[in-house]
Amino acid sequence: MLHPVAVRRQGCIKAIAATVVLCLAAVLPTLAMAQVRKPGPPVTATAAMTYLTRAYPEPLPLSLVEPVITDKGIKGAEVALSDNQTTGRLLGHAYTLSTRIVAADADIAAAMRDVLASGSSLIVADLEAADLLAVADIPEAKDALIINTRSSNDDLRGKSCRRNVFHAAPSWAMRADALSQYLTWKQWRKLFVVYGENAADQEYVAAIKRAAKRFGNKIVDERKFTFDAGNRRTDTGHQQIQTQMPLLTQGPPEHDLIFVADLDEAFGEYLMWRTSVAKPVIGTQGLMALAWHRAFEQYGGTQLQSRFEKHAKRQMIERDYLGWLGTRLIGEAITRIGQADAASVRAFLLSPEFEVAGFKGQGMTFRTWDRQLRQPILLTGPRALVSISPQEGFLHPKFLTYTLGFDEAETQCTQRN
Amino acid sequence: MTHRPSVLLALGISFAAMTAAEAGMIFVSNERDNTVTVLDSDTLKIIKSIPTGKRPRGIAITPDFKEVVVCIGDDNRLDVIDTEKLEVVRHYDASGPDPELLAIDQKGERIYVANEDDGLVTVLDRATGKALAEVPVGVEPEGMGVSPDGSMVVNTSEQTSMAHFIDTKTFEVVQNVLVDTRPRVAEYTRDGKEVWVSAEVGGTVAVIDAKTFKITKKFSFAVNGVRPELMQPIGVRFTLDGKTAFVALGPSNRVAVIDVASHEIKDYILVGQRPWHIALKPDGTKLYAANGMTNDMTIIDVATLKAEKTVQVGRLPWGIAVKP
Repeated sequence: MLHPVAVRRQGCIKAIAATVVLCLAAVLPTLAMAQVRKPGPPVTATAAMTYLTRAYPEPLPLSLVEPVITDKGIKGAEVALSDNQTTGRLLGHAYTLSTRIVAADADIAAAMRDVLASGSSLIVADLEAADLLAVADIPEAKDALIINTRSSNDDLRGKSCRRNVFHAAPSWAMRADALSQYLTWKQWRKLFVVYGENAADQEYVAAIKRAAKRFGNKIVDERKFTFDAGNRRTDTGHQQIQTQMPLLTQGPPEHDLIFVADLDEAFGEYLMWRTSVAKPVIGTQGLMALAWHRAFEQYGGTQLQSRFEKHAKRQMIERDYLGWLGTRLIGEAITRIGQADAASVRAFLLSPEFEVAGFKGQGMTFRTWDRQLRQPILLTGPRALVSISPQEGFLHPKFLTYTLGFDEAETQCTQRN
Repeated sequence: MTHRPSVLLALGISFAAMTAAEAGMIFVSNERDNTVTVLDSDTLKIIKSIPTGKRPRGIAITPDFKEVVVCIGDDNRLDVIDTEKLEVVRHYDASGPDPELLAIDQKGERIYVANEDDGLVTVLDRATGKALAEVPVGVEPEGMGVSPDGSMVVNTSEQTSMAHFIDTKTFEVVQNVLVDTRPRVAEYTRDGKEVWVSAEVGGTVAVIDAKTFKITKKFSFAVNGVRPELMQPIGVRFTLDGKTAFVALGPSNRVAVIDVASHEIKDYILVGQRPWHIALKPDGTKLYAANGMTNDMTIIDVATLKAEKTVQVGRLPWGIAVKP
């Protein structure tokens, strides 16, 4: 074991017989600083976690300013693994995380069977809704713990809910409610809704309509765009877009804002500054409702941003945060209960004793009726945080974050606990 | 006519400067402004705003009251303020990256620094500014408390949710105590028998026996009409006689008053918005709370437990150190 510098130097002076070289060797580590690490207690619990995802074809960001990221989510999970391991070393808990990236056309259920057979039943699932259900529904997965870190699909929390699936990712309903509370607070009540061809675009639109009803906002018009921006790199092109966007946005009744749902980045980025009438854009572009953004620094957020950047050599996006959160949820539970089997972790996640700190200024817990993690939602522009929902004045007898998403009385989830 | 105000102002400044040497002083670190505000502890007027490096947070005064040491997170160093000259006179560059909170031992020989980004506690020799050791602790170390006899230093790590007890001779972590979520501050009782650790998100203060390392008591806080999740304990301080503890409760805008012997919560004092760190006047008569959201500081009379006054400081006031 290393000894502190002071002790080292004394030893050096005492050992007069020692050669200069030996003495130097003893002093040299002062440059690197003495680090004293005591061996931890013996390992009593081992968590074998798996990061399960698929190589989904993802559209390139329309903006050349946005980097093309090929390891979304995984890097966040790696940071959380290291967080879990640091704590675990002191408590005798060991953590491993294997990453399993299934090919775009491969059988996801088969991959899940492999993972379970290998002895890992703590799954951080970076999967689209259909794949998530496919892995949750194989009989071997019945007692596994699957944490959804990707899909916002409301059905996954509602009529398609599963007992073995927990949701770290916010739902579309939570995002839409977060935006709508802010619009209500601002008295910007009339929305013109446009959306693209991705099925999830319509899910987000459904959520914004539900939110409009809840918070007294109004959808004045609704349009589906079949616009395809094409390649993001062209030698010319702004002229065409400059004339196309006003055409697409012509004629709706008077509105305060444009809500856009364009997950494929086909046109959303191009709406801003080009609409027929001068209106701000919110939704998947413009003002966005997210679990994480690089501009966020409050509640110690800077610490996670810095640790992530040091590890990944790039900025932390929402998927990375959700990967971090999913992996930390497991770690936090094991830290508290000292057991690493899926059944124990699952039971503790649903217990009133559980809470996780995710840099949002409050403990976050699961809603027991649909296993959705309740959490504040960031409202952010492309470069700066605008607000955090729930907004002031939206009340709930229990937790204010229950005002975002489906409350117990509204849930369609029948697979309760 | 136009020059009169400036003459008065100049007179005012020189008067303040003259009295500054006599009067007690309060030093408040302002995270947003990159300054330390200095107030006269009698008149509560601002004497000076001292520019520091970027993001000053943790702040402590040396036992001889000659220097105030400030953690400068974004510049990865500590700034040292001379309490006579009222300016930054030197830096400690060996503080380790992103220093957030520090503690100085009672002899004034060592500075213990929590390096938030790197999971380390750095031990600095105050005279030479050299780092004596870096002690690996949990994730996001923050709170630092030194035992009255200087033999032990306690660090809290926010993501790991632990209090780490470090032997100051060997620099080894001798014990890790799991507390509630996001522990922010560790403070020894005056008699050195207990360590009180606040958990911001957990909403509790754990009392740890300093010998057995067992948690003997856990405080939760409740005020009628205030949502429980706003009760977020951060700063902990004891009165000079050691009989009363004060706990700053962040977004609930209150400071709790606890009887140390009976473990009874006696009172909640309403202060400004989001008090994080608190400090006791060296004569023990006043408690100061830095209110992060309202950019001010509340003065609490220790005898009557009344909030007497709130005075403006810089933006996002974080920590406080007091010179007699």
